[in-house]
Amino acid sequence: MKNNSLILGGLLSALVVIAALVSFLWVPFDITQLSIPDKLQTPNEVHWLGTDHFGRDILSMIMIGARTSLAVAILAVGIGFFIGVPLGLAAATKKNSLLDETIMRTNDLIFAFPSLVIAILITALFGAGAMNAIIAIGIFNIPVFARVSRGAALSLWQKEFILAARVSGKSDLRISAEHIFPNIANLLIVQGTIQFSLGILAEAGLSYVGLGTQPPVPSWGRMLADSQTMVSFAPHLAIIPGSAIIVTVLGLNLMGDGLRDLLDPRVRRSRE
Amino acid sequence: MFQSKKIIAAGAFALFAGAGLSLSAQSDITVAMQLEPPHLDPTSAAAGAIDSVLYSNVFEGLTRFASDGSIIAGLAESWDISGDGTVYTFKLRSGVNFHDGSLMDANDVKFSLDRARAEDSTNAQKALFSGITDVAVVDNTTVKVSLDKPNGSFLFNMAWGDAVIVAPESIEGIKNNPVGTGAFTFKNWVQGDRIELSRNPNYWGAKPALENVTFKFISDPTAAFAAVMAQDVDVFTGFPAPENLPQFEADPRFQVLEGSTEGETILSTNNKMPPLDNVKVRKAIAHAIDRQAIIDGAMFGYGTPIGTHFAPHNPDYVDLTGNSNYDPKLSKKLLAEAGLSDGFTTTLKLPPPSYARRGGEIIASQLRAVGIETEISNLEWAQWLEQVFRGKDYGLTIVSHTEPMDIGIYARPDYYFQYDNPEFQSLMTELNGTTDPAKRSSMLKKAQRIISDDYVNGYLFELAFTTVANAKVRGLWKNAPTQATDLTGVSWAD
Repeated sequence: MKNNSLILGGLLSALVVIAALVSFLWVPFDITQLSIPDKLQTPNEVHWLGTDHFGRDILSMIMIGARTSLAVAILAVGIGFFIGVPLGLAAATKKNSLLDETIMRTNDLIFAFPSLVIAILITALFGAGAMNAIIAIGIFNIPVFARVSRGAALSLWQKEFILAARVSGKSDLRISAEHIFPNIANLLIVQGTIQFSLGILAEAGLSYVGLGTQPPVPSWGRMLADSQTMVSFAPHLAIIPGSAIIVTVLGLNLMGDGLRDLLDPRVRRSRE
Repeated sequence: MFQSKKIIAAGAFALFAGAGLSLSAQSDITVAMQLEPPHLDPTSAAAGAIDSVLYSNVFEGLTRFASDGSIIAGLAESWDISGDGTVYTFKLRSGVNFHDGSLMDANDVKFSLDRARAEDSTNAQKALFSGITDVAVVDNTTVKVSLDKPNGSFLFNMAWGDAVIVAPESIEGIKNNPVGTGAFTFKNWVQGDRIELSRNPNYWGAKPALENVTFKFISDPTAAFAAVMAQDVDVFTGFPAPENLPQFEADPRFQVLEGSTEGETILSTNNKMPPLDNVKVRKAIAHAIDRQAIIDGAMFGYGTPIGTHFAPHNPDYVDLTGNSNYDPKLSKKLLAEAGLSDGFTTTLKLPPPSYARRGGEIIASQLRAVGIETEISNLEWAQWLEQVFRGKDYGLTIVSHTEPMDIGIYARPDYYFQYDNPEFQSLMTELNGTTDPAKRSSMLKKAQRIISDDYVNGYLFELAFTTVANAKVRGLWKNAPTQATDLTGVSWAD
């Protein structure tokens, strides 16, 4: 059986990534130049996806918006990954030790708060902006990665090859880095993909309420917010950025599913 | 079973619908607006939302604004001005009662004016009362107000919502239970939602046609659109989303009133912050701005371009838009002359209304075209008041100054523009002491020219006042000469 979700998800995600990369080199129109007389055009041969209320080309905004979304999500997942995974691995070395308890109970504490509400609080306190949005979303990625890596690492610590490594005198740190981490990497990649799509949603949500990316940098969430009072006579203003978010999140989720099927040894074995 | 239930339900619906038509359509009205008042005392806060609900409905002053902005008699039925212009003798209407039943007499007028001009007064417009040296009770219905010098705008000042007459008996609880002399009495305030008024049966003037009035507060433009479309509200004054107005105009259920306001929408500039302290830089900014693009892009065409801080419908208005016409080449030249040929970066802090948020994006783009970069930050009103208005921590901001005849703020060096020009200040002092209409007119024109030539702020447009209402509502104010929703003359057509 072919891994259809991986292929479809990969294609959709690639589309978004390509759009973002191309936007660095070329966009159809310069979106920093507003052109009020051209406002609110529906899709046509000049502006393929129409123009917004300032006469900006929507295709160009979607492409640069893809860049914004991906950048925020990558950095936020990066924060979660590079802080969460070491914490999880450290906690796993001594199960139920003081270190383990401290790390995991702090994680539980962060988990207990609804993430988007706290993200709003953080950006409201420290000022709206892409950087604070990244930090806010990143903080809530830490416990996710810490839990996944601790859970997976704990089961590995019982394995014979780890015992062998111990007997040969390797430190916990080296075992974690050389044996545990490579063996849980699959799992983390799958989790990372899912967190990535959640990060894109969170960025769109924060920008929608005005706390994420600030103008004039385009963001899909803010495009949606701006379109709100105009949906009744210019629905394309909402449909296009909405579709962009759907395509990206759907693509990443399908890819995550597909990767899990591909990488998870149990699923793979049951197929063979 | 199912069938019969449906019929009963349909019958009940018809009954309610009928009742709704015969009762609420004639004497009840629901008026929506964007901002809710912080409290209900117009004499101790600058918040315009207080006047929007209470002015002339609940509270009245000695004089009052008519819908065309002229000053007419209020609680004072007539007045005499002494020959030298320093003593005003007001003859009060007799038999006027406050809503709590107590009589409104000369002592209440003395109390109100003395309270407003007192040392520890919290009145937001203390300058209105600053010339008063003495308020004397002659008899129950006569009050003599003495001024230190003639003041040509004294009757105008007394019409402000900040100068309404209050009673010493009810002043304690005024913030939650306003007691005035108006045609409507305060009934109920559900904070965060609505304020209810009902007809004052003992009103001294013409009885209003409306029986019950509900003010609803809907800040979100999308919710405002939905509420009007669903006819949950009968009137929306100051409708926040101009882009939706054509839809209401096309719908026979609604009428759209487009009037003028006293709201000069300006690109306020921090005149003390380098490089904005250089008049050449401010002039460069002024010439970089394309007003029509802002009116079309941010307000969907609603608004009148202005070239100075003065309302275009005022007879003394001078059209100075040519002084700062759209000329990006000249802007670049001026920046080069100021030694900033590479441009500079400043902040642009935007409060919530769409004229500011959208106008800000357009202005940022226009300024970028001449080399000026702006860091945009979107602020809530509370943050804006703290950072910009009080803290003066900003380079540029966009705000609409809705007070009538407020050119005098340019004579206050501590005001948030931080514009300090002794020539303008002495002109304003002179103006306040002048009663001759022709002289006043030429001084006002001179004042407009000074601030335009100094490019104190970027003058954008006069805010349009747009009201969306049920097509059957009659008697609403089209213009907004002051912040008010005067419902005393409003009625339903049959």
